[in-house]
Amino acid sequence: MINQNSYECPECGSMFARWGHSGLAFCQLVGQAILLNLRAVGQVPMMFRKQSRGEVAYQLFFTGIRSLPVLSVVAFFIGMIFAIQTGIELQKFGQEVNVGGAVTVVMLREMGPFMTGLIIAASVGASIGAQLGTMTVSEEISALQIMSIDPIRFLVMPRLVALMVMMPLLTIYSNMLSIAGGAVIAITQLGVEMQAYLDNVVLYAQNKDLYTGLLKATVFGFIINMVACHQGLTTKGGAVGVGKATRSTVVISFLVILVTGFILTKIFYG
Amino acid sequence: MIEFKDVKKEFSGKPVLRGMNLSVSKGETISLVGTSGAGKSVTLKHMVRLLEATSGEILIDGENILEQQGADLDRVRKKFGYLFQGAALLQWMSVYENVALPLRENTKLSDDEIDGKVKSVLEKVDMLDAGSKLPADISGGMQKRAGLARAVVTEPEILLYDEPTSGLDPVTSRTIDQLIHDLQQDLGVTSVVVTHDMISALTISDRIAMLYMGTVSEVSSPKDFLHSKNEVVRNFLDSQCISPNFFEDFPERILT
Repeated sequence: MINQNSYECPECGSMFARWGHSGLAFCQLVGQAILLNLRAVGQVPMMFRKQSRGEVAYQLFFTGIRSLPVLSVVAFFIGMIFAIQTGIELQKFGQEVNVGGAVTVVMLREMGPFMTGLIIAASVGASIGAQLGTMTVSEEISALQIMSIDPIRFLVMPRLVALMVMMPLLTIYSNMLSIAGGAVIAITQLGVEMQAYLDNVVLYAQNKDLYTGLLKATVFGFIINMVACHQGLTTKGGAVGVGKATRSTVVISFLVILVTGFILTKIFYG
Repeated sequence: MIEFKDVKKEFSGKPVLRGMNLSVSKGETISLVGTSGAGKSVTLKHMVRLLEATSGEILIDGENILEQQGADLDRVRKKFGYLFQGAALLQWMSVYENVALPLRENTKLSDDEIDGKVKSVLEKVDMLDAGSKLPADISGGMQKRAGLARAVVTEPEILLYDEPTSGLDPVTSRTIDQLIHDLQQDLGVTSVVVTHDMISALTISDRIAMLYMGTVSEVSSPKDFLHSKNEVVRNFLDSQCISPNFFEDFPERILT
């Protein structure tokens, strides 16, 4: 399934040689993780099999519905915070009516997918890393292999489907809540009328912003699954290893989401 | 049926198997005993290629499992049932669902047929009443029995047991021994048992292999094993206070 024989650095004294070998080991890890997820993509047509439908449905529920409470609170407050900060500055120029446009553009383009990605990485991604890590150290993954059940089809593919389907939907949801949060501040604190706020939202919302935001969300879903499943399935060393896998899942996901978000922004807006 | 030919395995340059040669015949029960780190579990995992040998050949019915890939590897693996040390039941599934899993995934049996097979093996291991429970809600001994039910439900040709009695009290250990013995009598399978427990090894095995420093130090019948002059074997038996007259002193231990 995954080559457990990690790259071994040969004995060498040179600092540059050690850096080079570390780089090779890193490349091997990245390659393994990408390959793992691509193999899961290849298994996606199997999601409609009787044996897989239940697990896919549960993962959709777990990733989507279970994430709603925390996402709702964060999205609403982010919208309010952003509206306060931009509103204060816009008020100086008598432009507070444009706060709706500012909140909308920022949420659609960047903050919606980014914030949703971080929350899902910290909740769902960490959960996947911990669960698969525990399954690995307790030999449940080995048991699946001996039963000729492909862990990639059985475990990775349903999570990949759930994350890539739910991330865009959750991003749309968090965008809407943030815009609603912004509306509360605009109306109660900045004296903007509801209709003016909504008109401003519609005026500034572009199709391109929506599509690029949703594309980012889908890519972030792929990244979270890739990192979490790879970390989980390569866990070694009992409970300590599971803890490390969970931490690595969150940290690596955050970093990769950040860098990928920048690259996508540069491609579409740079 | 299972043949190890000069199998070597290293972990990060440290040898664990140093040219293992072992042959297991069809229908026999062999126990692998030895101290921790002797390579018992590693040997067992090589039989189903959960670990890759550094060199050598592992023949399963004449096919070298180290050369099998994809569907061919799956075909060879389907000959095996494996009881893991910690049972390795999927924690989010009930005992019943765990036992039904290999049938649901790998066969085209109807739900009724699966139900019949699952209930039959759960009855054999005296777990029929616990079918709806989650693994976390049952004792270690019950988990092992559930793991055993899952291992045999597909009617494999070869059963591998990784420390089936470890972590269990002596009474439950003997119950597991009797269960293994009964399953072998009923199913006529080839069995390989990794254990530290000499009482278990002596009572359920046709042959016992003593592993030492990654090689087979001695292979013999339980009676010959008890009278072995091999220093490694003698030390191992003495450490568990097993006398050469074990079967004469404890005739009630002989499983029937």
